Amino acid sequence: MGLIDGINKSFDHRIRLGIMSVLMVNDHMDFTGLRDLLEVTDGNLASHLKALEKEAYIAVEKRFLNRKPNTRYTATESGKKAFKNHINALERLLGD
Amino acid sequence: MDNDKYQEDLSEIRAMMARSSRFLSLSGLAGVLAGLYALAGAAVAHFQITAFNQSQGFDSASENPGITDDTMVVRLLAIALVVLLLAVTTAIWLSYRKARKNGEKLWTDSSRRLVGNFLIPLATGGLFCLALLQYGYIALIVPATLIFYGLSCLNASKYTLGDIRSLGLAQIALGLIATQFAGYGLLLWAIGFGAFHILYGGMMYFKYDK
Repeated sequence: MGLIDGINKSFDHRIRLGIMSVLMVNDHMDFTGLRDLLEVTDGNLASHLKALEKEAYIAVEKRFLNRKPNTRYTATESGKKAFKNHINALERLLGD
Repeated sequence: MDNDKYQEDLSEIRAMMARSSRFLSLSGLAGVLAGLYALAGAAVAHFQITAFNQSQGFDSASENPGITDDTMVVRLLAIALVVLLLAVTTAIWLSYRKARKNGEKLWTDSSRRLVGNFLIPLATGGLFCLALLQYGYIALIVPATLIFYGLSCLNASKYTLGDIRSLGLAQIALGLIATQFAGYGLLLWAIGFGAFHILYGGMMYFKYDK
């Protein structure tokens, strides 16, 4: 097996790493929660969320909270698996 | 190679997982101060009890495990309440300061989870102790407060700095020991809520706040 196997290009960005890390340990997190944690602009966060959504690594749920629209995100099973593989690959690379 | 970048990625992942799921701005200093309040409270209670025993003609300086005099019970409860209020206010204030320094908010999903998971066993213990008081099982109140407080810390430790876990285990152990030493309740209370808080709060202070 090659050394680079498992390194996932979809996670090759600080913000996407951040989004996935947060969603691995929290069942769900809404847009503002992610924005405050990652300290990024709305537009920047939205584009990275869209990219992860396109890969089906995260699922989006739009709902209303006190009549205000609220969007929250969850990591899908395949997203969790892919991210775990990515972390394992990183650890393997640094292992030797 | 890209090793530095991968290393950075991994630390970023770990930091983000911890920051998003745990309330990390819990102040160690608040623990130390809570311990000092508890020791002061225990000293005041000790003098009250000694004075009470003398007035009743007991010659022993150690407290009577079966104090059932109502005004005395109310007075001791009042001391405990003042200590509790001071400790909680200090914890909120110092954690607020620490969160602001770290650029975080105090009232977030993680701090809400922390408070909720801490309060459920604690409130259960509080009500249980009131029931013990109601039936006059005075000797079991000190062990019960220590054990339930320990369980609360243990439960909360999943949502904040992990050190709280060992504090919880220490309180539980002390509480179980306390069941066998009915006459030394105040001393055991001072050890649990006083000395242990100062010890663990101090450790957390030097580890995270310095």
